[in-house]
Amino acid sequence: MSLLSLIIKREFIAKVRNKSFIVMTFLSPLLIVGMSFFIGYLANMNKGEVTKIAIHDAVGTLKPDFKNTKEIVYVDLSAMPLKLAKETSSKNYEGLIYIPKVADQKELINKVEYISDESPSMEFIMEMEDVIDNQLTKNNLNALGFDSDKIEKAKTKASIHLLKFSGEDTIKGINEMKIAIGGAFGYLIMMFIIIYGNFVMRSVIEEKTSRIIEIIISSVKPYQLMMGKIIGNSLAGILQFTIWAIVGGVLIFTATSFFGMQAGAQGSVDPAVMHAAQGELGATFQSYIKEFFNLPLATLVISFVIYFIGGYFLYSSLYAAIGAAVDSETDSQQFLLPIIMPLMLGVYVGIFTVVNDPHGTVATVFSMIPLTSPIVMLMRIPFGVPWWQLALSIGLLFGTFLGVVWFASKIYRVGILMYGKKPTWKELYKWLKY
Amino acid sequence: MSNILEVKNVVKQYGDYTALNSVSLQVPKGSIYGLLGPNGAGKTSLIRIINQITMPDSGEIILDGEKLAPNHVQYIGYMPEERGLYKTMKVGEQALYLAQLKGMSHAQAKKQLKYWFEKFEIEGWWDKKIQELSKGMAQKIQFIVTILHEPKLLILDEPFSGFDPVNANLIKDEIIELNKKGTSIIFSTHRMESVEEMCDYIALIHKSNKLIEGKLEDVKRNHRTHKFQVGILTNNVEGLMYDLTQKFTVASTDFKSLNDDLKLEIDLGTSTSNELLHVLTKNGQVTHFSENIPSVNDIFIQTVSNI
Repeated sequence: MSLLSLIIKREFIAKVRNKSFIVMTFLSPLLIVGMSFFIGYLANMNKGEVTKIAIHDAVGTLKPDFKNTKEIVYVDLSAMPLKLAKETSSKNYEGLIYIPKVADQKELINKVEYISDESPSMEFIMEMEDVIDNQLTKNNLNALGFDSDKIEKAKTKASIHLLKFSGEDTIKGINEMKIAIGGAFGYLIMMFIIIYGNFVMRSVIEEKTSRIIEIIISSVKPYQLMMGKIIGNSLAGILQFTIWAIVGGVLIFTATSFFGMQAGAQGSVDPAVMHAAQGELGATFQSYIKEFFNLPLATLVISFVIYFIGGYFLYSSLYAAIGAAVDSETDSQQFLLPIIMPLMLGVYVGIFTVVNDPHGTVATVFSMIPLTSPIVMLMRIPFGVPWWQLALSIGLLFGTFLGVVWFASKIYRVGILMYGKKPTWKELYKWLKY
Repeated sequence: MSNILEVKNVVKQYGDYTALNSVSLQVPKGSIYGLLGPNGAGKTSLIRIINQITMPDSGEIILDGEKLAPNHVQYIGYMPEERGLYKTMKVGEQALYLAQLKGMSHAQAKKQLKYWFEKFEIEGWWDKKIQELSKGMAQKIQFIVTILHEPKLLILDEPFSGFDPVNANLIKDEIIELNKKGTSIIFSTHRMESVEEMCDYIALIHKSNKLIEGKLEDVKRNHRTHKFQVGILTNNVEGLMYDLTQKFTVASTDFKSLNDDLKLEIDLGTSTSNELLHVLTKNGQVTHFSENIPSVNDIFIQTVSNI
């Protein structure tokens, strides 16, 4: 067996046998799925609650326009004197809509009051204002001699048919789906780099503090040890991610079918309505699926693998160099910041610029810079990226990767034999020349 | 006798600091070689170069007649001053791993390990983690992994620091046995007295330079002082002193003795020891007569102060 594969094997086994690794691997999907269902359950519980709001309408014209919904029930207190209505509302209801008596209905435009201790949501305020606006507009139209009912009937609601030049149908919100898919891949790479880069760093520090390092590198080249470490840890990581995906998938499947059945049993919705809704939803869903398969999936998956390898190796060799330079994890913070920064930058640039303009200057430049390209480029790929850009970006990534590995292994080589004090940036620079 | 290791004009610089200033050494095959010098003299830098952990800026290393190459790591066993093992790895697996890194096959390594575990009576430790072992136990494992691949050349940096006396003796005996079987051994230490009795050859390194190298006896012979310690029972002290001072330089001294004798340190000058004995026996009964052999420590201090 070659030395490198020996090292990879040891690093992999050391990582996989670690108790916290095993616990993390099997417990976190359970935790995450459990948490999301718990949150979903809590959110649903809140939905069932009905808010009661009182109305005191001195005129009586607006009252019928406040229609009860699932969440809000309006209670008419117009019969009570205002003072009593206020008292009753403050005790029993969420709030009170007070519509005063006015000479001209036009005055209602700024005379209606909403009284409550808790400030109402923007949504609710707009709803109330809509009711008033509708009524007043109607009045205005009638005063001008138009038939407001006819006008209401004459109103249309257009829907634009989205197509590609190739003639295929597309759907609204497809950009959001694309960014979600690209973003998920990019985010996955970032998480992987941060988690497993840290593992690599910790493993280097462990070898340094346990003082075994000098024994090892009297048998193998530091470069081999570093690469073995990086590869071994990444294999452990891939295994962990695979297990997460499988366990998570199974859990989500069983959980949804379980909860789905429960919901179905409780469901008392009119079957016809439900069927119609399902039909409409189904159509949209189907077009989403269709659109999903229209994405450059092969390119996406292949690029994911390439960017994953390039990005992970690039960053984890930096993590290894940092681990070699310091004696303990607490000392590593100052050196970690410059590593985390470009990763964060990648994610934020991806989220904020790629959605608006996937082929704009900012998005294009950041998908070329090697430190951010694994994240940003993956977010851009679903929108279609020219081949030359992809090739250039990958070329730059791997060129930089080789340079950084060289640079990191220099620091690593010197650092692993340095004990005692935390080095400064200047000293790290000096090590490059040893 | 040929040399197992030759170091030729090796220079190593760290930035502006020169760690080794054109150092040359010859380690004869089958010898126990003491690489001596105070902390910071350059011993560890040199050893790291021999182990190919770092590269020399210039100069070359010849191992058993061949220019040092990466595959030579299997011929060298190295126990660094800063030693340690993977704390959470099992003893057996760890030893197997380290042996395989040195180029042994899995089966070969296992067989060898079994032999040593039996010899040290530690078979029960195979599945224990290093962190479960005491420091002394870990030291034994450390020694086993160093010599497991039967190196031609064994390099031990500060070999007995950190070992308790019992283990230190055990290890010492093993080293001597290995040496008898033909393994060449290099001790590197700043505690010169600790290896003096074991070494055939020594080299003194000070401030990046080699000062002295050679067979221990030759080095000592070259630094002999021609002073003798003498114990004598006499009734005629004045007569004795008169006779002695005619030919020799005399000083009083002290050493352990069972007799209530007069203890003197006598510098022979240009005379011989027989002439001294003659004067002594004429004046009384000689109870003690020995040459002052300088310790390596004395030689080192003397050489350094002469620079």
